[in-house]
Amino acid sequence: MSVIAPKFKLSEFIKSILDDAFWAIFILNLIGIPAVMMILFFIEMPVIHGELLTPFLALSWIADPTRTLPIVQAFMETDIFRVMAFPGFGFAALIAAGTIFVERKMLAKLQLRVGPFYCGKLEGILQLMGDGLKLISKEIIIPAKADKPIFWAAPVIFVGAAAAFVALIPVAPGWVVADVDLGLLGVFAVIGFFPIITILSAWSANSKFPFIGGIRALFQMVSFEIPLILSLLGVVILTGTLNLSEIAASQSNFPWIVFLPVGAIVFFITMLAELERIPFDLPEAESEIVAGWLTELSGMMYGLVQLGTYLKLYAFAALFVVLFLGGWNGPSIVPPFPAEIITDGITMGPVTLKVPGLPVFSQEMLNGTLWFVLKTVGVIFFIILPRGVFPRVRVDILLNLGWTKLIGLAFVNIFIALGLLYAGVLGPGGLQ
Amino acid sequence: MATEIMPGLALQKVDERIMTLNVGPQHPGSGHMRIVVQIDGDYIVACDPDPGYVHRGEEKMAEYRNYITNIPHLERPVIHDSCNVLYPYVLGAEELLGIEVPERAKYVRVIASELNRCIYIMYWLAIYGIFLGHSTMFMWPAGDREFLIDLMEKMSGARVTHAHFVPGGVRNDLPANFEDVCLRHVNYFEKRIKEYAAVFYDNPILISRTQDTGVLSKHDAIRLGTTGSVLRASGVDYDLRIKEPYDVYDELDIHTNVMKEGDAYARSRIPWLDMLESCNIIRQALQKMPKSGSVRTKLKPNPKTKGPATVYKRVESGRGSLGCYIVSDGKTEPYRLKLSVPSFRNLIALPHLLKGEKLGNMPSVYWSLNYWPVEADR
Repeated sequence: MSVIAPKFKLSEFIKSILDDAFWAIFILNLIGIPAVMMILFFIEMPVIHGELLTPFLALSWIADPTRTLPIVQAFMETDIFRVMAFPGFGFAALIAAGTIFVERKMLAKLQLRVGPFYCGKLEGILQLMGDGLKLISKEIIIPAKADKPIFWAAPVIFVGAAAAFVALIPVAPGWVVADVDLGLLGVFAVIGFFPIITILSAWSANSKFPFIGGIRALFQMVSFEIPLILSLLGVVILTGTLNLSEIAASQSNFPWIVFLPVGAIVFFITMLAELERIPFDLPEAESEIVAGWLTELSGMMYGLVQLGTYLKLYAFAALFVVLFLGGWNGPSIVPPFPAEIITDGITMGPVTLKVPGLPVFSQEMLNGTLWFVLKTVGVIFFIILPRGVFPRVRVDILLNLGWTKLIGLAFVNIFIALGLLYAGVLGPGGLQ
Repeated sequence: MATEIMPGLALQKVDERIMTLNVGPQHPGSGHMRIVVQIDGDYIVACDPDPGYVHRGEEKMAEYRNYITNIPHLERPVIHDSCNVLYPYVLGAEELLGIEVPERAKYVRVIASELNRCIYIMYWLAIYGIFLGHSTMFMWPAGDREFLIDLMEKMSGARVTHAHFVPGGVRNDLPANFEDVCLRHVNYFEKRIKEYAAVFYDNPILISRTQDTGVLSKHDAIRLGTTGSVLRASGVDYDLRIKEPYDVYDELDIHTNVMKEGDAYARSRIPWLDMLESCNIIRQALQKMPKSGSVRTKLKPNPKTKGPATVYKRVESGRGSLGCYIVSDGKTEPYRLKLSVPSFRNLIALPHLLKGEKLGNMPSVYWSLNYWPVEADR
């Protein structure tokens, strides 16, 4: 500090910030707001629920907040909201952030430590934000002989592929970003992208340890994709559809894990391998190959890969819930929205507030989301748990497991499903 | 030129397929050293350990300091095992200076030595755990080690580098009530390390990963000159505490742990069994120790040896037999001091063991050799 600014004083620093803020507001008022108004004068305003959406309407929201409801509802029906916020990226990123925090705290308790503690007053709850700020502020160092365009693009494509995976997951009835009829095939297609991105990133770094890590990731993901796909065929045979929303809806009586436990176990193990989590974290084995294919990634490039990894973790856990644990189905525990609020309004002291736009979300959707989140969190817990219990496996043991045992078990699962179908227990004339 | 690297696996055109990896010194899977590994696909075809990054000239430094001031710096090679690394020097200096050690001091030395053995093995085990990707096995030993470090702090006043052993006994007497506290801590410690079996040693993934990897036969173990836990894991019953008892080890009932497999799993299990044995030895020593008496024979300042003489003493440290050869010319300083360290002897087996192994076995085989890089460099 003494070198950069010898006469640094905190009071002057704060005064300079206040001065800057004053001038910014001053210029905005004099130039910015009139300019916006002039532009708005020539643009046709949208009409939502019979109300002209003008900037002056925003002033009336201060007097009557209920007038915002139609606009909020209209926004919720748009695709932008679905992609950015609720069943899409924002929701998944929130669960991913929670996963990182819970993973660190839970692992710490398992290992007789405290974990994140100081950042944020409550048990280090702001640690993730601190880590993110640190990663953003760090310099990105690219190896001199790297293939720069591909090396730059790989983390971004990784996050994009993970987000595409998230888009296929139905969270509640009707709440899914991309409700496609071949949803499960779409999932397989997206999963098939990850080894390509990994090997692109590893090879373009032009370094030895990332190269070995990339090759290992390729081996692992490609050989575990086959049992992954086969283990899901049982569910497809019994439901007769590839649409994930219909698969989830078909489990209103009982989840498929009751009849297909073998498939669920095979899917869970292959899921751990696809996610590169302990005991299958060979592509990032630090005592053998430094950090595997992440070795040369620095700063926010590494941060993006981590974000993509945790989005992928959420998406896999959610896929497990949708296919085997019944998705959003569950007993109704969310109370119905009280009708008096719509008809009579809420009385708060002298003021009676009438809100005809409520409820924004239906009871069915809230209940479904609650069950979905509870089940997903449970699956994520079991994905995290092996990290505290198991060491890393070796490549030959891993490939042996994937190519012989898991594929065999996946076929056993298919035979169980076919047997149930032909015996008439399930399917036409059966229980469901 | 075809080379057979594994039975039934011949390697054609060696030069084109080989990739050279520099594992270390800036690598999470090496110590303060470098291992130059040549790999063909996933198989290691050649391995060249390259120690020497932390050479500190301890032996030369010892020639400029007298017999007392040599103590604090001679324990630096292995600070976690500082009592044992000092033990042969102190025994040798006592013989050269011609002083007797009180009976109580001998027992205190045995207790301190066994506690230090456990402290060292816990540190080694923590690193072995994280080398295999088992983060719980990194945290648990690193935390449970604190019980014994607290005991050593009570005994000597320092947590890691104790400088507790001096020619003529130990530096100071045990504090009041030490025996009870020591017994309580050691009993809890023993109960705690028995829990490690459930999470680490009986773990099926660990067994599948380390069993039958890096097998060192009994013949090879003797031929390569390995020592300590590596030798005992290959089926050689060799423990200096029994074969050449020093101080009061001949009055204690010591059981040696020997396994016949000679693989990485046996080499990782033997130190853990040694810790359980150390707990037994500490309990016996606490029972047999004279309850009062002197712990140190007073020396004159700057003591001189009786005349030109040489002495070689060795003890069983946490890694194996650790020898100290002192040449005296009758002055206040040693003329020459040579440490014969177990780490360097065990490292010699590494190229032999890694040849033909998979790259994934490198950390588990390397660290199972009970090797401490700083000690090998001295």
